[in-house]
Amino acid sequence: MKRLLSRPARLTRPQILVGKSLVHLLLLGLLAFQFQLGLSDQLGADPVQALLNFTGLNAIHLLLITLLVSPAAKHLPCADLMKYRRLLGLYVFVYALAHLTTYILFELQLNWPLIGSEIIKRPYITVGFAALLILAALSVTSPNSIRRRMGRRWQKLHNLIYLCAGLALLHYSWSQKVLLAEPLIYWAIAIVILLLRKDKFRPHRRPR
Amino acid sequence: MSKRFTPSVKLTDNDVTDERIYRQRRRIIKSLGFAGAGSLLAGKASAIGWFDSDDDKPAFNAQPLDFVPGSDYSTSEKKTPYDKVTGFNNFYEFGTGKEDPAEYASALTTNPWSLSVDGMVEKPFTLDHDALTSRFTMHERIYRMRCVEAWSMVIPWVGFELGELIKQARPLSGARYVAFETLERPDEMRGQRSRFTGGGIDYPYVEGLRLDEAMHPLTLMAVGLYGKTLPPQNGAPIRLVVPWKYGFKSIKSVVRITLTDKEPPTTWNRLAANEYGFYANVNPQVDHPRWSQASERRIAGGGLLSRNRIDTQLFNGYSEVASLYDGMDLRKFF
Repeated sequence: MKRLLSRPARLTRPQILVGKSLVHLLLLGLLAFQFQLGLSDQLGADPVQALLNFTGLNAIHLLLITLLVSPAAKHLPCADLMKYRRLLGLYVFVYALAHLTTYILFELQLNWPLIGSEIIKRPYITVGFAALLILAALSVTSPNSIRRRMGRRWQKLHNLIYLCAGLALLHYSWSQKVLLAEPLIYWAIAIVILLLRKDKFRPHRRPR
Repeated sequence: MSKRFTPSVKLTDNDVTDERIYRQRRRIIKSLGFAGAGSLLAGKASAIGWFDSDDDKPAFNAQPLDFVPGSDYSTSEKKTPYDKVTGFNNFYEFGTGKEDPAEYASALTTNPWSLSVDGMVEKPFTLDHDALTSRFTMHERIYRMRCVEAWSMVIPWVGFELGELIKQARPLSGARYVAFETLERPDEMRGQRSRFTGGGIDYPYVEGLRLDEAMHPLTLMAVGLYGKTLPPQNGAPIRLVVPWKYGFKSIKSVVRITLTDKEPPTTWNRLAANEYGFYANVNPQVDHPRWSQASERRIAGGGLLSRNRIDTQLFNGYSEVASLYDGMDLRKFF
């Protein structure tokens, strides 16, 4: 792809900070606002389902956006976009965790034997839970100090994000009563995003 | 003695903003461009309205019905509020989302209507729209409704017993099953126009009961809800209600009832036979392959914190139907 602008744009430190603050404000604000609406019964007939949809679907939206950051930084003349990737990735985890929390607190209402058996016995929930565990592993290894200590293993671990995306979409598709439904749109978008970085999946040997 | 309070502003009915004008104002406000942010934050039930349309539809105008109140079959449990009963429906003819029916079902013409009763009967007949509410005595029945998706409601239906309708057609002795069919009208049902919107279901939607199940006095043909005519999203102008079975058995907007000697096909069974059987009796011991049926969430009102998870009961608590299934393995005939 040709560069859209000829001159690369650099973001100053304050600009990046302002941008990050806006991301926090928007994503945390939206999440808090939704829970507030749910608590005051303003989320339609079934606030639990509305909240499960909101958190789950937006976790997937954020995951897809996160996967778009590095192609965007590569093809747009603004490499500083990369500075937002970890932040967005962490919010994927935050939204996914809010999704599980909603399920445990409000859907199954702290019925622990049921929670345990549903996670083990229901394949679509097992798959979603596995995706969340991956997100947790990526989140706890996200600080720079840990990244440095892990060396090349860090990248290997973080490549699990592609598996996580597949599991999350499988979880979404499988939860529907019919196959022909909205998740198919997300599969299509995910495939396009993965095609953008197909070089990553090609086995290439580095010269030693 | 205290003086009677008189408001300083006197308003009459004439001062109330006409609904048409109210809606017009809403449209103007929306067209100013607040719709995007507004619907994202405070959208009716989801904040993810990317695929929603934003049309204003004329509000459904429910008509009051005459009926006999009170019934031995009615539960005294807390009723699900009207706006939740009418705002959260599965009616895939209008889309697979729970808010789709409320949004799109107003396109359905429910008057004129024709419901035919035919098949293995001596006297087939057809009811027109007015006959639906005038031919039989109307009763109010407050029933629990349990969806296969593990949520439930308590709904005050108004209607008549299906048994009365069938008796009037005089079933032949060989008749053993009753088949039902929903309207097929793709012009008005967007899910029937597009396989994607309609979840890939083959329309028209069909359902069936065994004749003895259909004749059970609990089995209702409902024409109303909360004392008034059914909104289209709830299956106007007439629908089936079988309270001891999962909600999908209670077929909406019925146009045809046919008596047969063979088990009729049913829509969800055709789509996924391993998940949805012909009987679909509410049974906490038989899980859906993808989720437990042992408990359910009662949608009654209150926000997230309402502790509304309850144990599911066999036959949804309607134990009087148990004898219909004597000697049957309900794991096999699920």
